[in-house]
Amino acid sequence: MIPAKFDYLAATSVEEALSALSQSDDAKVIAGGQSLLPVLRMRLNAPDLLVDIGGIDTLKEIRDDGDSIVIGAMAPYYEILANDAVKNSLGLLHKAISEVADPQIRHRGTLGGALVHADPAGDCGAPVLALDGELVIAGQGGERTVAAVDFFEDLFTTAVGEDELLTHIRIPKYDGWGSNYQKFVRVAHQWPIVAVGAAVKTDGGTISEARIGLVNMGSTALRARATEQALVGREATVDGVREACDLAAEGANPPSDLNGDADYRRHLATVLTRRAVLAAAGG
Amino acid sequence: MARIELTVDGAQVSDDVEPRMLLVQYLREKLGKTGTVIGCDTSNCGACTVHLDGRSVKSCNVLAVQANGHEVTTIEGLAEPGSLHAMQEAFHECHALQCGFCTPGMIMQSVDLLNDNPNPSEDEIRNGLEGNLCRCTGYHNIVRAVQAAAAAGATTAQPAAEKVEA
Ligand code: FES
Ligand code: FES
Repeated sequence: MIPAKFDYLAATSVEEALSALSQSDDAKVIAGGQSLLPVLRMRLNAPDLLVDIGGIDTLKEIRDDGDSIVIGAMAPYYEILANDAVKNSLGLLHKAISEVADPQIRHRGTLGGALVHADPAGDCGAPVLALDGELVIAGQGGERTVAAVDFFEDLFTTAVGEDELLTHIRIPKYDGWGSNYQKFVRVAHQWPIVAVGAAVKTDGGTISEARIGLVNMGSTALRARATEQALVGREATVDGVREACDLAAEGANPPSDLNGDADYRRHLATVLTRRAVLAAAGG
Repeated sequence: MARIELTVDGAQVSDDVEPRMLLVQYLREKLGKTGTVIGCDTSNCGACTVHLDGRSVKSCNVLAVQANGHEVTTIEGLAEPGSLHAMQEAFHECHALQCGFCTPGMIMQSVDLLNDNPNPSEDEIRNGLEGNLCRCTGYHNIVRAVQAAAAAGATTAQPAAEKVEA
């Protein structure tokens, strides 16, 4: 399958990309293209112009910024995985990214591209949300920063406007926290039916803080806030966390499809949350 | 049309291509590199795997224009003509193919895997080949071939010295 025709611009700077976006009514940004190209090939979308940001080197940096880590929107998964600061301070994101698709796709695909694509079944949105990430968005009028909670608006819809570009993702460090990502699939290489990411801080076997992200439990990435609150002060044991984890699907609105109906997904979310929290608390 | 210049299997090439042309189409239709095959066209099967700047990618999921200025290695450039790369040798020895359709992609991904991790466990091999589907072998002999190649120290930089008699 071949995409419909489009014009192509290989942007060499953020300014050039923004000016091209503002001049077209129907432009699409391509980062690694690992989600966009299948969409174009199946002709689910047929933009007039593709603005390629793959040549903008400043968007590829991964920087330790003291209290936080800054990841450029064009940094490929592979480079993020190889980064020690991400591995040590953003364990949950690191674990989720290691589960994205397959090695070939992780060589090309980018965190920034996946976040703007905003597939609620994508592995990365929920961890970024759970870890209180911030998204830096550039427009012709300048830069603005949006909290992850305000970034994911709906299915495949984010706060990034048509004339704007996500340039960086900034996430505070979680040094000393344990983390775990539970992805439930029927076969390897499938979108998660449900996935749950947990980052947990413990103090002598008792949970002092928790962050829980839910994948494919609604039209956007979600956070299990009721569980996060209920976990505080609980012992990190099966019985200690059970009640809190049973709240995981509270407020979620999961889809029903061939892989499972909404009730099944709600149940799955509680089970996976329990597993993720216990594994995270265990180290 | 867009002008692209890139290196494919060690040779400099340049062409005018439509921006929508996929890298795999460019390799097969413009350059005649039909060793790289299309299995699914939905970026699932991995049969089209090539190396872009030394890292494996699915060439049906990359635009030719995105490869502009970069270096591509296909299964045809893995070893000198008339010789086999150690990974090709291992696939041959271990009977790691039946119909052979997945083989170019399997071999390119297996080489990438060993470049990243020269001594993978069986689990790491199976995970590393997660993006490559085989309808014939049941994967066991493919895993054995990668283990054999790892034991022989195979990487991109070391094509097997031995010539194969035609
Ligand atoms: S043809 Fe490219 S992944 Fe199947
Ligand atoms: S040998 Fe036939 S698909 Fe793998």
